Amino acid sequence: MITYIIRRILLSIPVLIGILFATFALSRLIPSDPCRAMLGEKATDIVCNEFIARHGLDKPIPTQFAVYMGEVFKGDFGRSFRFSLPITELIMQRLPTTVELAFAALMLSVVIGISLGIISAVRHNSWVDVVTMLWANIGVSMPVFWLGLMLAYIFSLALKGTPFQLPPSGRLSPGLIPVPFYEVWSLDLAKGTFAFIVADFVSRMQVVNSILSGDHKVLKDAVQHLILPAFALSTISTALIARMTRSSMLEVLGQDYIRTARAKGLRYRTVILKHTLRNALLPIVTVIGLSLGGLLGGAVLTETVFNLAGVGRILYEAITARDYGIVQGFTVVIAVFFVVVNLLVDLSYAYLDPRIRLE
Amino acid sequence: MANTISTLNAEALSLESVSLWSVTWKRLLRRKSAVVGIFILGLLIFIALTAHWLAPYDPTASMLDIPGYTGQATKRLPPCIHLLGCSQEEPQHIMGLDGNIRDEFSRLLYGARLSLMVGFATVTFAIVIGTVLGALAGYLGGWVDNAIMRVMDVLLAFPSLLLAIAIVTVLGPGLINALLAIGIVSIPAYARVMRSSVLSVREMDYVSATRSLGGNAYDILFRRILPNALTPLIVQGTLGIATAILDSAALSFLGLGAQPPTPEWGAMLGSERNQVFTAPHLVFYPGLAIMLTVLAFNLLGDGLRDALDPRLAHVS
Repeated sequence: MITYIIRRILLSIPVLIGILFATFALSRLIPSDPCRAMLGEKATDIVCNEFIARHGLDKPIPTQFAVYMGEVFKGDFGRSFRFSLPITELIMQRLPTTVELAFAALMLSVVIGISLGIISAVRHNSWVDVVTMLWANIGVSMPVFWLGLMLAYIFSLALKGTPFQLPPSGRLSPGLIPVPFYEVWSLDLAKGTFAFIVADFVSRMQVVNSILSGDHKVLKDAVQHLILPAFALSTISTALIARMTRSSMLEVLGQDYIRTARAKGLRYRTVILKHTLRNALLPIVTVIGLSLGGLLGGAVLTETVFNLAGVGRILYEAITARDYGIVQGFTVVIAVFFVVVNLLVDLSYAYLDPRIRLE
Repeated sequence: MANTISTLNAEALSLESVSLWSVTWKRLLRRKSAVVGIFILGLLIFIALTAHWLAPYDPTASMLDIPGYTGQATKRLPPCIHLLGCSQEEPQHIMGLDGNIRDEFSRLLYGARLSLMVGFATVTFAIVIGTVLGALAGYLGGWVDNAIMRVMDVLLAFPSLLLAIAIVTVLGPGLINALLAIGIVSIPAYARVMRSSVLSVREMDYVSATRSLGGNAYDILFRRILPNALTPLIVQGTLGIATAILDSAALSFLGLGAQPPTPEWGAMLGSERNQVFTAPHLVFYPGLAIMLTVLAFNLLGDGLRDALDPRLAHVS
């Protein structure tokens, strides 16, 4: 197993270098010259020559790429000219919101998707199955941004005054200022240390932070604000997971060993959950891993619709303001994140199906 | 010699394809969901072809600029349908007016044209390039295979919508650039399908036979191997159109795709998204149109996959 893990990690290094090269190449393909793209159309030649020399843009392309790789490995993505902040700092501020949203959506789609898939496989061709599959077909065709807007309309305007009313935008109600959990716990963390960076990252996930600091009021508010975006974002992956669970379960249910398990008198529930689901899990895990990419892409749209200050939202703003550095930095971070997730998915295959390890 | 081979080929192909397609079509019609997909798609193609007759108004003209217009030309007027009790004096606007006082229904009809065009154009682009790359990788093998497939791996390492966003940011917003971005992003899927088909039949006897009869690489690749890869490519392509339409709508929603005043569904929705509480009709209808179009291609793609699957042949 350990050799398998090491080999798999080594295999993803060329892909990571490829990702860096792709984003590097994209940034060099910008049609206008980078100096005027960054400093504005009115920059003089003297200013521009100095800018080009300072950023090493007069050096050969391979040298520039090596320098860029070195900077990225140090966690340096340059500065955003719009926010005048290091891009790494911006990422660390915004990423927690996106991670929390994507994780909530992933949990929703795994729980709902697998349950619906099991039910429609067990009750194959019943009305439950037909309705679930109809809904799953509609679910994969749903534009996330449209669903988000419609949910916001229904739950904040049409259901206004009912207990189902939910806030249409923002991460917390105005006026609520959450206290970071490390201050509640009176941990004395020095700024800039690794522990502080981790604690700060975690404390920016509002639901996690309010649980850790025991603030019920913020917790309730944070959860209420998360429900609609998480639900909107989860639709496509829920539908995909439900479909895959159903077809994978149906295939396993037809196997002889399932009949044997039933014939030897095992309870139906045990047969379904232990014998069938466990063996049907491999393709389901694949779909879960694949849908994470969709979730990260969809997060851009969902955050725009629900005004959440996450990675997607800042990416959208950076695009409109032509802040290429941010687009580049965030693309690298998200792609690397996606590669790591795929690596974990592959490793979980090896765990679920020992035959893969031996190949 | 080469002539004999190609004549033989043409006959063999046409005989086989006639039976395959008629069988597929019959099987497709047996699936309710595929029939629904074909019906929606037929309706969309009809709308796209006849939009200029069906649409009551010019999709880009403000009501203020239309001579002899008698209605109240207010921004974001809610729908006025005579059958549902809207006063007969008022001109009928089934889906109301948008933020620029244009007829939403006319814009929606013209939008069908653009959406179908987007779907077919991007997928054709991706299939052509992906097929050639995949065929080269599978047929030549060695370092060519490695080089091409590693590049495809890198493209697949990005979440597709995000990569498309990054590409459009560099190329500059606009419908053509958005199409190009989505096309590039979807190349790897087709390259993979084609490569695996090539690998699976490259060493088969009938391919060796063609080679020994003097067929060149072109003959082997495009007359012997490509027909075998056609089924998975068609299924992938149909589902790919659905994704392409969804992604291009998302890009337009973010302001990176079609630019105003183009009647594009994603852009229509995006420009009115802040008005969802005051004029929900301007968000509801374009989104519904996107969903139905994507649904049609998804249903058709799923149906085709089942209909073209030889393992399911005994079922029907």
